[in-house]
Amino acid sequence: MALDTSNKREFKVVGTRVQRPDGIDKVTGKAMYGADVTAPGMLIGRILRSPHAHARIVSLDTSAAEALKGVKAVVTTADLSTPEDDYFADIRDNCLAREKVLYDGHAVAAVAATNKHVAKEALKLIKVEYEILSHVTDVDEAMKADAPIVQEGRADESVHEGWSQNVTSHFEFGHGDLEAGFAKADKIVERTFKTAATHQGYIEPHACLASLGTDGRGELWCCTQGQFLVRTKCAEILGIEASQLRVTASEIGGGFGGKTTVFIEPVALALSRKAGRPVKLVMSREEVFRASGPTVSSSIDVKIGMTKDGRITAGQAKLRYQGGAFPNGTVEFGSQAAFAAYDLEAVQTLGWNVMTNRPKEISYRAPGAPMAIYAVESVVDELCQELSLDPLETRLKNAARKGTLSSYGPTFNDIGLVATLEAAKTHPHYSAPLGKNQGRGLSCGFWFNFGGNTCVSLNLNSDGTVGVVEGNPDIGGSRASISMMAAEELGIPYEKVRTVITDTNSLGYNDVTDGSRVTFAVGLATIEAARAAIKIMCSRVAKIWGIDEEAVVWEDGCAKPSGPNAGEFPPMTIAEIAAIADNTGGPIAGHHEVNADGAGVSFGVHIVDTEVDPETGATKILRYTVFQDAGKAVHPDYVEGQMQGGAVQGIGWALNEEYIYGEDGRLQNPGFLDYRIPVASDLPPIDTVILEIPNPGHPYGVRGVGETSIVPPLAAISNAVSRATGVRMTELPMSPPKLLKAMSER
Amino acid sequence: MRYVKAENLETAAALLNGEPGISRILAGGTDVLVQLRSEAVEPDLIVDMKYLDGMRDITPEDGGFRVGAAVSGAELGEHKEVCALWPGVVEGFELIGSTQVQSRATMAGNLCNGSPAADSVPGMIAANATARIFGPEGFRNCPVADIPVSPGKTSLAKGEFITSILLPARPARASDAYLRFIPRTEMDIAVSSAAVSLELDGDGTCTAARVVIGAVAPTVLLVQDAGAALEGTKLDDAAIAKMVQAVEAACSPIDDKRGTVEFRTKTAGVLAKRAALIAYERAGGKK
Ligand SMILES: Cc1cc2nc3c(=O)[nH]c(=O)nc-3n(C[C@H](O)[C@H](O)[C@H](O)COP(=O)(O)OP(=O)(O)OC[C@H]3O[C@@H](n4cnc5c(N)ncnc54)[C@H](O)[C@@H]3O)c2cc1C
Repeated sequence: MALDTSNKREFKVVGTRVQRPDGIDKVTGKAMYGADVTAPGMLIGRILRSPHAHARIVSLDTSAAEALKGVKAVVTTADLSTPEDDYFADIRDNCLAREKVLYDGHAVAAVAATNKHVAKEALKLIKVEYEILSHVTDVDEAMKADAPIVQEGRADESVHEGWSQNVTSHFEFGHGDLEAGFAKADKIVERTFKTAATHQGYIEPHACLASLGTDGRGELWCCTQGQFLVRTKCAEILGIEASQLRVTASEIGGGFGGKTTVFIEPVALALSRKAGRPVKLVMSREEVFRASGPTVSSSIDVKIGMTKDGRITAGQAKLRYQGGAFPNGTVEFGSQAAFAAYDLEAVQTLGWNVMTNRPKEISYRAPGAPMAIYAVESVVDELCQELSLDPLETRLKNAARKGTLSSYGPTFNDIGLVATLEAAKTHPHYSAPLGKNQGRGLSCGFWFNFGGNTCVSLNLNSDGTVGVVEGNPDIGGSRASISMMAAEELGIPYEKVRTVITDTNSLGYNDVTDGSRVTFAVGLATIEAARAAIKIMCSRVAKIWGIDEEAVVWEDGCAKPSGPNAGEFPPMTIAEIAAIADNTGGPIAGHHEVNADGAGVSFGVHIVDTEVDPETGATKILRYTVFQDAGKAVHPDYVEGQMQGGAVQGIGWALNEEYIYGEDGRLQNPGFLDYRIPVASDLPPIDTVILEIPNPGHPYGVRGVGETSIVPPLAAISNAVSRATGVRMTELPMSPPKLLKAMSER
Repeated sequence: MRYVKAENLETAAALLNGEPGISRILAGGTDVLVQLRSEAVEPDLIVDMKYLDGMRDITPEDGGFRVGAAVSGAELGEHKEVCALWPGVVEGFELIGSTQVQSRATMAGNLCNGSPAADSVPGMIAANATARIFGPEGFRNCPVADIPVSPGKTSLAKGEFITSILLPARPARASDAYLRFIPRTEMDIAVSSAAVSLELDGDGTCTAARVVIGAVAPTVLLVQDAGAALEGTKLDDAAIAKMVQAVEAACSPIDDKRGTVEFRTKTAGVLAKRAALIAYERAGGKK
């Protein structure tokens, strides 16, 4: 659906900062999160988890637990179904281990009991005999020929003969003659980088309430980014029909991609089916860290050649990502994104997906891109240092623009990179003076964005107000934006619209809330649904006036005759039309179903100033500015929130956040004390500059904004630290011990 | 698990002494409750001490202050005279946790939880503070320095608990300071720390110094040599360098997820140096 260019649109609602619809409920505690619902007769579930990184389950005896008073059900993998597809079978085996435990924290069995104390006692009574196997948690180690094998026979056809069985897939992208490109360079820099696995760190742990009968009819209330996906996965894993399982998404306390799969929901359903009672299952924070889906850790080689005047002649990246104990595809995104910001004659990226004895990775905001772009942007920065070039000018010189053949295949349409770089260049931040031990860094960022399956209903109420029904949990302010777009299209005030997120039986299939797709795709479908409703309203009014449907137009929330020839009628407001809908043909609603295309890629540029304490290696973020193309910022507060939130998560990732595994393969920091996300006092205000280069694929020009912002901080901060200290760090996080050591070896 | 709100010292001591299983004292509960929730311990008995007479009082004593064992960080931080006399002790105590934690956490709890990284302990030891202990045998006094034995262990006997901590009097030209290193700016646990307490004479020469380091050994450590390096000096560069050397020599930290041996040792010296200079300036020394 194309951008409306016919009449340059003056927005009335879109672009304003209206009050968010969920704020009061959230601050007063009324909002219902995953763990907030209860049901009569409800049991409490708990999961027994592996203390080993890798072990064969020799025997599993649950009889003593079953015999304990108050225990109503114990389940193991034997209580789950057998999906045909490997994709679902892997998710099942991640929810409850089959034959082997593959990582520290892997679920082995679960109990449902009358209260949590009994449930806890019952876990102690489950006897598991393990045969401990050797394990591997590092990606480079896992790729060695003699590495312990996490799972056998999982490689796809892209994997070359002779590679470790832990390599499950391989990707290659690019174009041009690399050799010729490097030959043209005046300077070539080649570096190897490592990034640690990080966690989305959402504040709400996974939680659900499940009720499933032996007849296969069920209800599931859970905290998720996609109730439809939860339904599909649970139906497959439980062997029930989708129509019989209604899934309702609760209010959600953060997701960032981490809630785009299931960890506990199938287990709770299995327990409920066995016990014949509803079961609530809530993960502890420790369980979230050990056994939900952190992002990949990576090892990356980047080689870039540049001429003296700053033109990149060739770029190559080799990316190795481990995504835990099951095959995953994240390196494909990383390989595609690595050089996306550049217009290159010769570029190649190679990617390897690798299994290790770690939890099964799931999306984290722009999955795969931050580490890839960190590596590339670090090398570009080093080249600028070596050749005494301005890093911004150099990026402008090489920037991808409309018509650029991207490094991953497609040719770019209208994109905002150059505009974003220009905005950064003229911003006062870029020329502000710096003090001792301080340095300024910058980096570009990119994300593809996504559209996908979307289904929206828009219902006209008898008082002229409007209800929008959509199927995507609101993790970033989408309800406000959807209501705004409905109000804009209908020509009514924002306050007259309420958007709700409905359950799986009340709407057609919607893809999950991911890929920064919701404001774009659900917005687009909402606009179309509003147009459908307008069409019906106009036809009703045409009937009343006794004129042709085409002779009625919609303006400012009213039906009007299209011109003098149509006849003289006073405009009819939406409220008037609604009030008499009974007599003109019944209820009025608009619908739209689409697999939305044209999401429109998004670019951003971040500038950061850091100060490094030369005696302790502590890095302080002094000033931070985010420049990002939003296409059209529907609700600027939320757009700024996304830009700031991504920057903050990236700061954590760059400086302190990491999954730390011991020699024994167990996670050493499963809590917020030692998994260090930034606290408020670690951060300066994050300034934002929104650019609006309309996306040709959306009627209002909207692009997704949720993910791009986590991509640049890693390199921006590393580049700033390099300029503050004279030390080029090639490992994340740049925690103080690592930085101090590097400085002392300088 | 039994929870008992102690009515007097004697019954509290008797209860603790008679419990064959695991017992815990509840002061602010900011360690105990967290450990309960995370299932790190499952005590059989919890004795709540907050409500005993005098436990929440701060009373002047011989030019110093006796601080009840249930006085919170927020309460001590609002006590102007204590802040003026022992600013380093107060700043260490106030670094603990957040506003919420500050309204509950106590120095006695911080001490008896037994962490080598406890933030209020280096300051207390630098201040030469004394704990008053009650137990089945009645009252006794014990230097705070002698209470931690190893991570999680104290020298208190079964049935014993702390009722108050005495921060002693000090001369006019004296002060103290505490610094810790954490990777973030708050809500974290010390990777290394240092408290320094100094007494100066009229011309700014240091007459007595106590240098205490945390998180770099199995217990918080008083480094005699480091204090000695400062005594008789005006904290010139050479004296500071000697002090830093003594601190580094005293460190015997572990390599773990929070920091390497090398990092902890190096930063302990840096913090001791910085704390010494702050204490010196607070005491009226001019450089
Ligand atoms: C969010 C958070 C942040 C924190 N940050 C820090 C920090 O920055 N620095 C730091 O050092 N600590 C920190 N802590 C730990 C904790 O707050 C401190 O150790 C606090 O001082 C403990 O005091 P309390 O009164 O709460 O102790 P409690 O939890 O009540 O007791 C702790 C231990 O001391 C024993 N005990 C208590 N009172 C007595 C007594 N009178 N006699 C004998 N034994 C006693 C108990 O049996 C128990 O073993 C933090 C805790 C939380 C939850």
